Amino acid sequence: MTTPAEKDIVIKVENLTKRFGDFTAVNQISFEVNKGEIFGFLGANGAGKTTAMKMLIGILNPTSGKANVAGFDIYNQPEQIKRNIGYMSQKFSLYEDLTIAENINFFGGIYGLNDDEIKFKSEELLTKLNFHAIKNNLVSSLPLGWKQKLAFSLAIFHSPKIVFLDEPTSGVDPITRRQFWDLIYEASHNGITVFVTTHYMDEAEYCNRISIMVDGEIKALDSPKELKNNFQIDSIDDIFYLLARKAKRIE
Amino acid sequence: MRQLKFLLIKEFQQILRNKLLVRLIIAVPIVQLVILPFAANYEIQNIKLSVVDNDHSEYSRKLINKFTSTNYFLLNGYFYSYKEAIHQLEKDNAELIIEIPKNFEKDLIRENETKIFITANAINGQTAGLSVSYSNSIIRDFNNDIRIEWLQPARINSLPTIEVTSSNWFNPKMNYKYFIVPGLMVLLVTLVGFLLTTINIVKEKEDGTIEQLNVSPLKKYQFILGKLIPFWIIGLVVLTIAQIVSFVLYGIYPVGSYLTIYLFAAIYLVALLGFGLFVSTLAETQQQAMFIAYFFMMIFILLGGLFAPIENMPNWAQFLTRLNPVSYFIEAIRMIILKGSGIKELATHFGIIILFAIIFNTLAVYSYHKTN
Ligand SMILES: Nc1ncnc2c1ncn2[C@@H]1O[C@H](COP(=O)(O)OP(=O)(O)OP(=O)(O)O)[C@@H](O)[C@H]1O
Ligand SMILES: [Mg+2]
Repeated sequence: MTTPAEKDIVIKVENLTKRFGDFTAVNQISFEVNKGEIFGFLGANGAGKTTAMKMLIGILNPTSGKANVAGFDIYNQPEQIKRNIGYMSQKFSLYEDLTIAENINFFGGIYGLNDDEIKFKSEELLTKLNFHAIKNNLVSSLPLGWKQKLAFSLAIFHSPKIVFLDEPTSGVDPITRRQFWDLIYEASHNGITVFVTTHYMDEAEYCNRISIMVDGEIKALDSPKELKNNFQIDSIDDIFYLLARKAKRIE
Repeated sequence: MRQLKFLLIKEFQQILRNKLLVRLIIAVPIVQLVILPFAANYEIQNIKLSVVDNDHSEYSRKLINKFTSTNYFLLNGYFYSYKEAIHQLEKDNAELIIEIPKNFEKDLIRENETKIFITANAINGQTAGLSVSYSNSIIRDFNNDIRIEWLQPARINSLPTIEVTSSNWFNPKMNYKYFIVPGLMVLLVTLVGFLLTTINIVKEKEDGTIEQLNVSPLKKYQFILGKLIPFWIIGLVVLTIAQIVSFVLYGIYPVGSYLTIYLFAAIYLVALLGFGLFVSTLAETQQQAMFIAYFFMMIFILLGGLFAPIENMPNWAQFLTRLNPVSYFIEAIRMIILKGSGIKELATHFGIIILFAIIFNTLAVYSYHKTN
């Protein structure tokens, strides 16, 4: 293990808060994410994970607090942030009425890749996902697990510094889930920092560090191993349960 | 530029893949132009007429003859009393009653003056108004006839008989189609341009795909142009289909130039699509978008002067039509097609529509946010 001082910090959040009217969805959260890390963002439904993520990627204005993503300030430089991140939203958001190939071209194009890059990278993507035979099929015809793998591959298509994944594996079968995590590891191995939210506690174990969010606040943050040590509980599931059952928000 | 190219490719791939939509875009203007000009004909013929002749004189017969010899009226029958005739009206067998009083002829000759009573069923105000005005001109005509008849024995032919004919400039045969078809073209372009843009953008919101665009480095203006250009092109395609159909079917072609029409349409579409984009920023779901779009379409149509001439509207409504971009295009296209007006004569119209384009697009740019 390397010491924190040696690492580059790619996400730095201080007292970030989001209120909708008088409801505080995200309450003064602070944390840092290191370069190349897989950072798990855990929390029950309605804990505020998506809201926090949307502020970090520059599509939702925070109420207060500070955050710096990929070296840019979320208030003043959202467009620079967008050039350096990839995002896979909780709701599937590729174009269902376009084919796999058309989606690849489109997202490659709007991120400013040139024709050769698009061609080369899409070959690579189709091979990796084994999609060559079906590249002209409409995305709407794909099973959910395949859609999610495609969405992830497109989120990192332009080689971002950080990729934000919002519950990428919810509703996906265990085998595809495994394959999905292989893709995440590969991205991480290639130097992409991964910020991922999940409901699955087994997935939490795959992360370098995890934070557990309850009612808009971060209640615990450490590596899975340290957390188990600190809480003297040997399953993340139980730690999560211990913290989350104090939640007041019910959905 | 390159980003815009990819946005346009994507938009056309989606539109062309939607086969039903493509067919509708082509079929709607054709079908509407085939059907509506016939349905929306305001010339009224065969108004059912009931007569109560209490005089039974030569003159009363002459007057009735004058009514029935036109195509406008169709005699439903003679009745002995007004009460009976009203009964016909109630049963919808008659739309207009003429009652000729006793001593009609005598009064006319002795007093030089008499009265007749006309009753119209005003449930359909339009028909009632028209049938009364038709009656008036027939009676006026009748007046002239008998005056000439009386004067003839004296051999004074110099008395001018005043003939009241309404002249319809630029539409000499008062062909209603010339009035309605150019207006319909505008409406079709508006319908397709406005509704399709609005719903298209809101669909991206509903599907969440717009979020994927908002986290990309796409510029705001690229997104907006990427949405406007496809529907701008489709709007002009619809206009072209409409021009072809109205030439083939009705022989209507502009006395002025096609160039003026297209130039106006090009600017008009920029204004309209900007408005569509603005509306789409107000709605979160396609259902809401449809509702808002419908609301504005109704106003566009009813206050656009398509069916009812704007001059006939009350003042406050006339004022509202001045705020309706559709009314300017309808007026302009009629002037180009029927009168042959050019850019010079239409300078005000061009000016105003450019102003609309600027206002709506500024609104759209300001209300579309990549960040909420
Ligand atoms: N635009 C909004 N206006 C008002 N309240 C909102 C808005 N967006 C989110 N919320 C509320 O904020 C809270 C946090 O929502 P958020 O979507 O961030 O939760 P989450 O942790 O992502 O939950 P899930 O696991 O269900 O995705 C919820 O109670 C939600 O209802
Ligand atoms: Mg969420």
